[in-house]
Amino acid sequence: MSADLLQVRDLATYFFTKGGVVKAVDGVSFDVGEGEVVGLVGESGSGKTVTGFSILGLVDPPGKVVAGSVKLQGKELVGADHADLRRLRGRRMAMVFQDPSTTLNPVLSIGTQMRLALQAHERISSTAARDRSIAVLTVVGIPDAGRRLDAYPHQFSGGMRQRVAIAIALLNRPALIVCDEPTTALDVSIQAQILTEMRSLARDFGTALIWISHDLATVSSIASRILVMYAGRLIEEGPTAAVLRAPRHPYTSGLLNSLPSNAIAGRDLVQIPGSTPSLLQLPRGCAFAPRCRNADDRCTVAPELVRSGLRALRCHHPMAAEVSA
Amino acid sequence: MSVLVNVEGVSQRFTPFLSIGERIAATFGSNVETRTVHAVDNVSLQIVRGEVLGLVGESGCGKSTLGRIITGILAPTEGCAMIENEPVMGRARSPIKTTTRVQMVFQDPFASLDPRMRIGDIVAEGPIAHGFVTKAGAGAYVSTWLAAVGLSADASDRYPHQFSGGQRQRIAIARALAMKPDVLVCDEPVASLDVSIQAQIINLFLQLRREFELTMLFISHDLGVVRHVSDRVAIMYLGRIVETGRTAEVYAAPKHPYTRALLDSVPKLVLEDDSLVTFRAIKGELPSPLSPPSGCHFHLRCPKAAARCLADVPRLAATGAERQAACHFPLEY
Repeated sequence: MSADLLQVRDLATYFFTKGGVVKAVDGVSFDVGEGEVVGLVGESGSGKTVTGFSILGLVDPPGKVVAGSVKLQGKELVGADHADLRRLRGRRMAMVFQDPSTTLNPVLSIGTQMRLALQAHERISSTAARDRSIAVLTVVGIPDAGRRLDAYPHQFSGGMRQRVAIAIALLNRPALIVCDEPTTALDVSIQAQILTEMRSLARDFGTALIWISHDLATVSSIASRILVMYAGRLIEEGPTAAVLRAPRHPYTSGLLNSLPSNAIAGRDLVQIPGSTPSLLQLPRGCAFAPRCRNADDRCTVAPELVRSGLRALRCHHPMAAEVSA
Repeated sequence: MSVLVNVEGVSQRFTPFLSIGERIAATFGSNVETRTVHAVDNVSLQIVRGEVLGLVGESGCGKSTLGRIITGILAPTEGCAMIENEPVMGRARSPIKTTTRVQMVFQDPFASLDPRMRIGDIVAEGPIAHGFVTKAGAGAYVSTWLAAVGLSADASDRYPHQFSGGQRQRIAIARALAMKPDVLVCDEPVASLDVSIQAQIINLFLQLRREFELTMLFISHDLGVVRHVSDRVAIMYLGRIVETGRTAEVYAAPKHPYTRALLDSVPKLVLEDDSLVTFRAIKGELPSPLSPPSGCHFHLRCPKAAARCLADVPRLAATGAERQAACHFPLEY
């Protein structure tokens, strides 16, 4: 793996609500190498999006990064002042959000939005900005980019809007793009196009991606490494194919068994009982224990994340390891 | 095998309602939208008693509109949806639904349950209104249906916000089943749920189907879910059905190039270490239903398109036992 681009250590982001303290992210650590595509997987409420927001310093009150460190190319981001973060966002790191219809400004043309994104970081003439924008829009597969630059977001389809959002993220060639469910709102045929393009863009530009998704299949087709989150914690990590072939954590295993594509049509799926716990009332010890078939008394004490080789696991009673053939 | 649901030549057009001023403006070239959307275009289909028919397509293809016509929520512009020769809609000038034999489960359980009603009232409202049960007997009746979908009877006194997404979808299913329908129309019932909860609801559908011998129209964009629950599938593209057949056969050997492309686009779990899977992504975008392409609607994106596809609309024709495809050049295997 190439030099570490991003180091996240013991990151904790809490939301201080009327109902109590919500520990949305609770002690998450991982690295991302240069040009690496990492998948961050979990169900709603697992803390995957808040992790992404915390990296870019986008957590708003009542939320707060209460502990831990995020280093991008050696520079500490937690506690950095707003001006510093603004200089980095868009230039060194960028984000693509889930819903392209709410992230683009509806009253500015695409060209204006792209020019502003460029001029935020460098002195560049409008003509030069226009040329750069056309070049990037062409890269993300928008036909007739020169003319489309004067169009407004509502004149684009959902897939095209997401391409524009990706183009804006790529404008300043950042080292890292956090993609938060970028294809979830899109149709399958458009999702396939965007996945294919993002993969080759990441390769060509040497951009690292953190691909946040609830969809294991999507992640497996783009990410080389996978991080699984549950109730604010990393519970399993490893090379994507290895984890999906032989998951060690009962939750990861349960998720895979829940997929209809992994089952015989018409048979009952092997389901995980119960539902994700409220972050306000997490069970003592392992948060997954109440839904886990392997759970016993030991699970009332929270397991630590144990690393061995490329894999990491937070479980007292893991699934049997893969029998090597 | 008896046909339970019969949809004959149904079309649904949505024409914008224009005021006189807007109509005058339109004649002078103002950009007021005057075009008509053909949401559903001459669709016929049958569902046999006890069968689950999966209806698949991308957004804007008209699958939800078709589901609403079959449920009797929308009156079609042309054609008729019938349950055993009994029209779902009356024939009055402003038609209303005349049967309780078909019920619907909607996509978003956060929007489909009235937040101010208790669960017991939500489930009992229809059965009481139609005289299936008396007000006095409603409590016990509701408990039976809540039990059938895996909820305890004390849920009756609570409000929707006290339940999670998966539990709310169970309530929505109980509400539909309490009307003792012959046909259940499910419009993306698991799309808004997390994977682990999705599996629970899919299992519930499979179990209810065995228990009550339900006939279902299962509308979804998720090909994996549809493959799992349905006996037969119909694929829609821009208002038309382009292919039908037994699920396993269609998935194994699709006849229509669109079905093939759709199946190829679905990301699959990659279990090899070198994850350089290539999608054979469909080129281009979904055309706007306001101005669909001539002839076969798919010709702009189709690798096999020829001159004939621009001019002639292909009809749904038999390509095998229980198989139909609307294509001039169906795929051979």
